[in-house]
Amino acid sequence: MKRRSMLAAAFLAMAVTAAGPAFAKTQISWWHAMTGANNEVVDKIAKDFNASQQDFELVPVFKGTYPETLNAGIAAFRAGQPPDIIQVFDVGTGVMMNAEGAIKPAAEVLTDAGMTFDKSQYLPGIVAYYSRPDGTMLSFPYNSSSPILYFNKDIFAKAGLDADNPPKTWNEVWDAAKKIKASGAAPCGYTSTWLTWIHTENFAAWNDTPFATKENGLAGQDAELEINKPLFVNHFQALADLAKDGTFKYGGRTSEAKQIFLAGECGIFTESSGGLGDIVKSGMKYGIGQLPYDSDAPGAPQNTIPGGASLWVFAGKSADQYKGVAAFFAYLSKTEVQTYLHQKSGYLPVTLKAYEETKKSGFYEQNPGRETPITQMMGKEPTANSKGVRLVNLPQVRDIENEEFEKMLAGEQTAQQALDSAVKRGNEAIKQALGN
Amino acid sequence: MNRATFPHKFLPYLLLLPQLAITVVFFYWPAGQALRQSLLREDAFGLKTQFVGLSNFKRVLADPAYVNSITVTVVFSIATAFISMAVALLLAVQAEKVIRGKTFYRTLLIWPYAVAPAIAGMLWLFLFNPSFGTLAYPLRLMGLNWDPLLNGPQAMTMIIMAASWKQISYNFIFFVAGLQAIPRTLIEAAAIDGATARKRFWTIVFPLLAPTSFFLLVVNTVYALFDTFGIIHAVTGGGPGKTTETLVYKVYNDGFVNLILGDSAAQSVILMVIVIALTAIQFRYIERRVHYG
Repeated sequence: MKRRSMLAAAFLAMAVTAAGPAFAKTQISWWHAMTGANNEVVDKIAKDFNASQQDFELVPVFKGTYPETLNAGIAAFRAGQPPDIIQVFDVGTGVMMNAEGAIKPAAEVLTDAGMTFDKSQYLPGIVAYYSRPDGTMLSFPYNSSSPILYFNKDIFAKAGLDADNPPKTWNEVWDAAKKIKASGAAPCGYTSTWLTWIHTENFAAWNDTPFATKENGLAGQDAELEINKPLFVNHFQALADLAKDGTFKYGGRTSEAKQIFLAGECGIFTESSGGLGDIVKSGMKYGIGQLPYDSDAPGAPQNTIPGGASLWVFAGKSADQYKGVAAFFAYLSKTEVQTYLHQKSGYLPVTLKAYEETKKSGFYEQNPGRETPITQMMGKEPTANSKGVRLVNLPQVRDIENEEFEKMLAGEQTAQQALDSAVKRGNEAIKQALGN
Repeated sequence: MNRATFPHKFLPYLLLLPQLAITVVFFYWPAGQALRQSLLREDAFGLKTQFVGLSNFKRVLADPAYVNSITVTVVFSIATAFISMAVALLLAVQAEKVIRGKTFYRTLLIWPYAVAPAIAGMLWLFLFNPSFGTLAYPLRLMGLNWDPLLNGPQAMTMIIMAASWKQISYNFIFFVAGLQAIPRTLIEAAAIDGATARKRFWTIVFPLLAPTSFFLLVVNTVYALFDTFGIIHAVTGGGPGKTTETLVYKVYNDGFVNLILGDSAAQSVILMVIVIALTAIQFRYIERRVHYG
């Protein structure tokens, strides 16, 4: 399959070079992982950018899921044919940052092209996450999201729950889910995408408790996981108990559970704010609430951490291509582009102006809940526990967590066993990745 | 014995060249790369490389997940090879008995072979996915708690069924051909002597099919080991937990998903050794018992 796609890429490259001189435009390739409604946003942005100027042509290429896109980019780099721009999910940030020499910092791309990069225009939490400790922005935040709670208003009404007052704590979620199941309003009460991202990484930040040592890896690469602490164990045991009678339904490791919620099988759903586009499209009567927090955690809710993805620029391209990339980044920063991206997809705007503009337009009054992911992330000054998570091999650590969660949800082990084993295996994997 | 002689010394090599080139490019070169990589430690982007000797092999062999994937592979391969061959043989014998529309039935039975592995996987996924599967719903109505997303044995059953289903057609073609090569006279003579249909099958047809069966055994083992990646990738992705992670899937997972290239290369080298050994054993010991008519 790989060979075939490379062949296809070669043909594409040939077609591109053949077509190049005729239009005299510099082609900028952009590999991305957006599907459904979000893919339409990518296509529209690319089309509008291409129409807005004469010199460059942005070519977006869908490369599969987030992990598949990252791996395609790495394989292409090794083969000496990387794209100009690649969308890498938050989890891959550590991987990319480690690849000094393979990438060109986004800030450098902009300044080299003679543009000034004014950091103060962007949302501070997001830019800080994608920057080196010295403050150089390495990648351009494209789609930032935050996990939020969605619920099906029809199911809430049937179960006798208050549709204007979604559950705020996890205990309230469990109670509401039981009620939905018991009343027969839906075959399942609660489901969630991304157990790792939502129930460990964001769970930790939102409840102001460490996910890993060394400020979750931001202060040093040799971090150790801390997700087998009682707060996590109680949370996961509750999930495992609810899974026994189907009150909680597991959908898969990434965003598969969205289908379950869209099919009306479950009443409550936690998922990225970026998943909104498809939910709006489905025509369901939905409500949005904050990500639930743990009532046992002092200081909760704190703030959620940036998720989603950013755009990385590969090293070794021609000056012309970098100019094109810079022009595209500048275009992306425009207020009208950001407001479109934010309002259409549910991702956060990355510039403050776009946020204020959307606020002024009355969008949030018309669409209650749409401001939730922003206030969640920016509501409080981040603590050492809530700045973000960065491990050199976070994708692998997530796989390990997922394997243990699956065994736990199948009733083969308790939450304590699952998390202990995830911590042990995860720490070993981190050590190995660091070469110790 | 007659030996063909070529007038020119280099002509035979020249004629062999295309085949040799293909073997070098698609086998020796990647195999050499894997060997080299298995002795190195390298970051994902290939920026830093370090020679580490055999430590990748040591780590892989000490990894409980690796032992697990060996067990998974053995169970999966034996089940897949057995089911696909047994069902194909049954169908071939039954299709032989059909008098009207023989070609029609045969064509239908051969069809699934044209389906790509990933597509076959998707078909089975659509049938048995716990939330939208067409057949998952009746299964649940029958009181079975069908959830291959979390239930390991169910996930394993699903990929075995998908992998076998796809291979049945291939085996079917060979068994049909094998059956046609068996002289009618033998079977008729046995029938006249009063042998029952069952007896005729086990004492005449089955032994005479041995060369075909042996060939298919080798092909099916290799198929189950290597060509089922697409099915596993599409249906379970190695999960739940690691219950359907075969050796080949683990090579992919460690190398292409987790980007631990050294470990992944070491595993492919081990896999290469396993296949060479397996083929040697099959030809040395099992082939001796095969009676070629």
